[in-house]
Amino acid sequence: MIAIIDYKMGNLRSVKNALSRLGAEYTVTDDAAAIVAADKVLLPGVGYAAQAMANLRERGLVDVIRGLRKPVLGICIGMQVLCRYSEEGDTPCLDVFDTDVRLFKASEDLKVPHMGWNSISNLDSKLFKGVDEGSYVYFVHSYRPGLCQDTIATSRHGDLFSAALKYENFYGTQFHPEKSGDVGEKILSNFLAL
Amino acid sequence: MVAKRIIPCLDVNEGRTVKGINFVSLRDVGDPVELGAHYAREGADELVYLDISATHEGRHTFTKLVERIADHINIPFTVGGGISTMEDAERLLNAGADKISVNSAAIANPQIIDTLANRYGCQFVVSAIDAKLTPDGRWLATTHGGRRLTDKELFAWAHEVQERGAGEILLTSMEHDGVRQGYPCELFAQLCSQLSIPVIASGGAGSIQDIADVLTKGKADAALAASIFHYGTYKISEVKKALAEQGINVRL
Repeated sequence: MIAIIDYKMGNLRSVKNALSRLGAEYTVTDDAAAIVAADKVLLPGVGYAAQAMANLRERGLVDVIRGLRKPVLGICIGMQVLCRYSEEGDTPCLDVFDTDVRLFKASEDLKVPHMGWNSISNLDSKLFKGVDEGSYVYFVHSYRPGLCQDTIATSRHGDLFSAALKYENFYGTQFHPEKSGDVGEKILSNFLAL
Repeated sequence: MVAKRIIPCLDVNEGRTVKGINFVSLRDVGDPVELGAHYAREGADELVYLDISATHEGRHTFTKLVERIADHINIPFTVGGGISTMEDAERLLNAGADKISVNSAAIANPQIIDTLANRYGCQFVVSAIDAKLTPDGRWLATTHGGRRLTDKELFAWAHEVQERGAGEILLTSMEHDGVRQGYPCELFAQLCSQLSIPVIASGGAGSIQDIADVLTKGKADAALAASIFHYGTYKISEVKKALAEQGINVRL
């Protein structure tokens, strides 16, 4: 059973649909006991980082998530809150991944939000088994995590940033595997197979 | 680098795709889900579904359809057509749409863009603008499929929707739409270099070179087309391969 954490950060429908297409059983919950009991945990979400942290605190989930020892996958804002700190609302985060999340600097050549299909490189994890270097995945974000020792994939929008991170049992993707076509489905199925 | 996007647009009337020929690989080309999945397999980067139903019943069918699209399609999709209230937008968001496009509703009530962007993020809001060239040489936004001119000058309106929080602009030149003689590249280049949000070029593609031109000379971030894909003039995979051969960054 996969627990999808529902902390009121955007619509969960596309994540649920993606798991259904892969034949995975899931439950949508903000209940600590259900999250701890699940085999794997998904932390999705779109929105504002400081709000995401506030919603996790309000539900008493900060220590629950940090204490998980099973595979956890944060997607988009769910990945960002697993970092040390986010500039978006100047908020401390869960401090799992060893990096901070900062705003892209827009310029004439650099549109923000970073929206659309971009390629991922330096793939270094079982999460990317069978995924080619330079594969395209779908991003929608204005803040991005920096490079660090936990980086398992990079992408470039202006600077290089972490497209995916891993620390022990924690994984995170800045992109949306649930919207990234067949490549995204492969990544999700790799996570389910961990 | 972000890839330039190729986006087929599907018109939906009472739950069925309207234009189109019979693709040999498809059982039911009138089924928007099956046709969309076909385009996704061919390499479409996103899909746009436009509801052109005139009836209340048709609107209801469209919402049900959006749920089915969300269940089956694994790339982002935008829905538009007849979104005039927050309730319409929320209904489609809850049905699973990744983005909604607003046109006449935003002209009538620009505040709807702010409200939608604040509540659901700017990535959710596509501002569709149908522009027409007036005899005195100004580009104005229109409504009702180009039949009604508004007082909104294209460039000022595009800046305004960006300031209000639109995440993208979908610009159609009513002078070029349906003519299949290419996009107005100078107009697009001028607009794209002024804005910080992505611009999708729509209306006018008759050949692969037209698409290549609007993505390079026109500086557009994406090209949307209907006829050339529906009538099978070109396959999406064929278009993207040709663009890549010209050095344009596309997802293959």
